[in-house]
Amino acid sequence: MSSEWPLWEVFIRGQHGLNHRHVGSLHAPDAEMAINNARDVYTRRNEGVSIWVVRSSEITASAPSEKGPLFDPSNSKVYRHPTFFDIPDEVGHM
Amino acid sequence: MATAALEPAVDRAALLEFLLRIGDNALILGHRVSEWCGHSPALEEDIALANTALDLIGQTQLWLGLAGEVEGKGRSADDLAYLRDGYDFRNILLVERPNGDFGKTLMRQFLFDAWHYLLLKALKGLTEKRIAEIAEKAFKEVSYHLDRSRDLVIRLGDGTAESHRRMQEALDDLWPYTGEMFAADAVDAALVEAGVIPEPQSLKAGWDEIVAEALTEGTLKKPADGYMHKGGRRGVHTEHLGFILSEMQFLQRAYPGATW
Repeated sequence: MSSEWPLWEVFIRGQHGLNHRHVGSLHAPDAEMAINNARDVYTRRNEGVSIWVVRSSEITASAPSEKGPLFDPSNSKVYRHPTFFDIPDEVGHM
Repeated sequence: MATAALEPAVDRAALLEFLLRIGDNALILGHRVSEWCGHSPALEEDIALANTALDLIGQTQLWLGLAGEVEGKGRSADDLAYLRDGYDFRNILLVERPNGDFGKTLMRQFLFDAWHYLLLKALKGLTEKRIAEIAEKAFKEVSYHLDRSRDLVIRLGDGTAESHRRMQEALDDLWPYTGEMFAADAVDAALVEAGVIPEPQSLKAGWDEIVAEALTEGTLKKPADGYMHKGGRRGVHTEHLGFILSEMQFLQRAYPGATW
């Protein structure tokens, strides 16, 4: 039965102020039930304050074969990391 | 949980009876629903049903825990759940009905949830603080149970010809067990008088409305009110309860005091 239902990706916001994080996927016939199912499957241990679901088929992913052109060039751009600043002690851990 | 004192003026015997009734409803339905664990038509539904069962068992602990306290004989919630016999159980007959297929389990859940929701909502605002506290906690859980069972009853009622047929059959089969939710006896009268519980009949209009709305949306036909089965609330049960208890109580009966 569940194989006839579309797959949904589930994102949970763990606390106010944090971003929604991808936690997994599940099957459901529509968005409303996907939210209910996500509540039951992924928030049983008090993990969440908000749920997003999106049809897995609606997600566009980068192609693994494009990995080289997409990501390799940034390997050698060390100056893009903000590691050249002196951080005052009062700021604490960043 | 904070332990306010029980209202001294309330009749203890009536209070105990009420606590057993509401606690046993949660216990027996919780056990019934737990029978689906590992057997549901989809993984997501399996977990959802197990959650519902666990909510109900959690509520049972609170209700029967308070019942043991009111009784004053040193019996715990576990003692009451595992060491009473069938005629000591006070649940309505609806909750001991066999699960049947998935649709029938959901129909039973919906008919019960709609009433349970209204009952807890009323109890939250009444005078007996200990009861109001438990009702407050259970109400949130049951609000979700009702959302879910109502949604699925509508979807399956208004689904395929096959799902519609099964839901209508479930409804027709379970309908004669709904009258007991609104029955009242001397115990109810005493507690209504003391302001501890709502008048059972006062929940009927709200229940009719919730049920009628869902059935209409689910293209299901509400059965006529005919003969209504009763007895569970005074310990007269169908043959099904014995089977539930023999499975549920086996361990404590065979190995008294066993823990893990």
